[in-house]
Amino acid sequence: MPTPGRTGEPRSRVVAPVTGAREAVAAVVDPEIRVVTIDDLGVLRSVQEDPGTGRVVVTITPTYTGCPAMDVIRADIRRALAAAGHPDAEVRTVHSPAWSTDWISDAGRAKLAAAGIAPPAPVRRDGVVALALAVRCPRCGSPETEQISRFGSTACKALWRCRACAEPFDHVKAL
Amino acid sequence: MNGPFAFTLALGDDALIAAQRLAEWTTRAPEMEEDIALANIALDQLGAARLLLSYAGELEGAGRDEDALAYLREDREFRNCLLVELPNGDFAVTMAKLLVLSAYQLPLYTALAGCPDERLAAIGAKARKESAYHLDHATLWVKRLGDGTEESHRRMQSGIDQVWPYAHELFAARPDTPVDPATLRAEFDAAVGAVLAEATIAVPDSGWAPAGGRDGVHTEHLSYLLAEMQVLHRAHPGAHW
Repeated sequence: MPTPGRTGEPRSRVVAPVTGAREAVAAVVDPEIRVVTIDDLGVLRSVQEDPGTGRVVVTITPTYTGCPAMDVIRADIRRALAAAGHPDAEVRTVHSPAWSTDWISDAGRAKLAAAGIAPPAPVRRDGVVALALAVRCPRCGSPETEQISRFGSTACKALWRCRACAEPFDHVKAL
Repeated sequence: MNGPFAFTLALGDDALIAAQRLAEWTTRAPEMEEDIALANIALDQLGAARLLLSYAGELEGAGRDEDALAYLREDREFRNCLLVELPNGDFAVTMAKLLVLSAYQLPLYTALAGCPDERLAAIGAKARKESAYHLDHATLWVKRLGDGTEESHRRMQSGIDQVWPYAHELFAARPDTPVDPATLRAEFDAAVGAVLAEATIAVPDSGWAPAGGRDGVHTEHLSYLLAEMQVLHRAHPGAHW
């Protein structure tokens, strides 16, 4: 494991003391967008206990197929569960149904916006081509924004700029 | 090789070799945004490759995982199409390759999403969303370059001319597989034809149709690509970060 980059950063990514398995896993923070949890993002699909063995089984799904954060997320889940008294947990990865930005919770969207990341618009279900909706600037709220780059600092984001306040910002692409 | 294994391996090899080629652009793209874009598309391809090769290894049942398949096979054992192993060329050639590849992968993954094999269906449903974005990206650039300046048009036409013969191999009939690629040709022609028309790019004469990738008969370019991709794993077996 790499050592924490900043002094004082806790080794565990669990944000609060927890006792239950579900709460422990739900509190694991996304390693790339550290203001939201994997539960906020919809990456966490379920936390169940195997009735036969008593082992905790966690099911997660990636945002994008090549998401490089998945290995870290698996390790963080195991570490959080070990701290909560479940040292032999199993983490399973599923790809169906495919993740959608519609699974990001309202709380997650609010956290993204508060961190200066414009959350995604709802995905249109009735057509192949997504409707281009105005993306509001997460800093000043203006709808006068433009895309700078279709790809961004992580697989799930694009880079935008506000024409009103001139600040660049990340936008989670609707998927 | 059995049918499902060979089919899954070929799709995984397409994605893997495409990822490796696209990654060569990193730090060399014409602008910062495009550097990020090509690296992200490469990452998507690598993600699909890992899922497909892992599943191919399970179908084969010989104990080979994704790493064994990616790093420990010789060139003649790879089943990718010739298109993805071609050198990047200039940016227009790369966009021509991406247009053809994504306009093939999108209907392929979409059809796969409805096939009876649950694992392949899940991979298809996931990967098609990413392919749609790749196709959008290639479409924007082919139109911009094709319908741009005299020089950008010349280069875009040249890129399509170089790449087009290699498109035919993608749609060779394989009726015994979960998705017969021959059934995807009409959708490909319609999608790419519309893009090229708007880009003022002529559809090349399709007389020459090099093939062989699905049988392990490749261009010399693949061997050099594999040498670079595999050298670390072969020199340090089991190395990890």
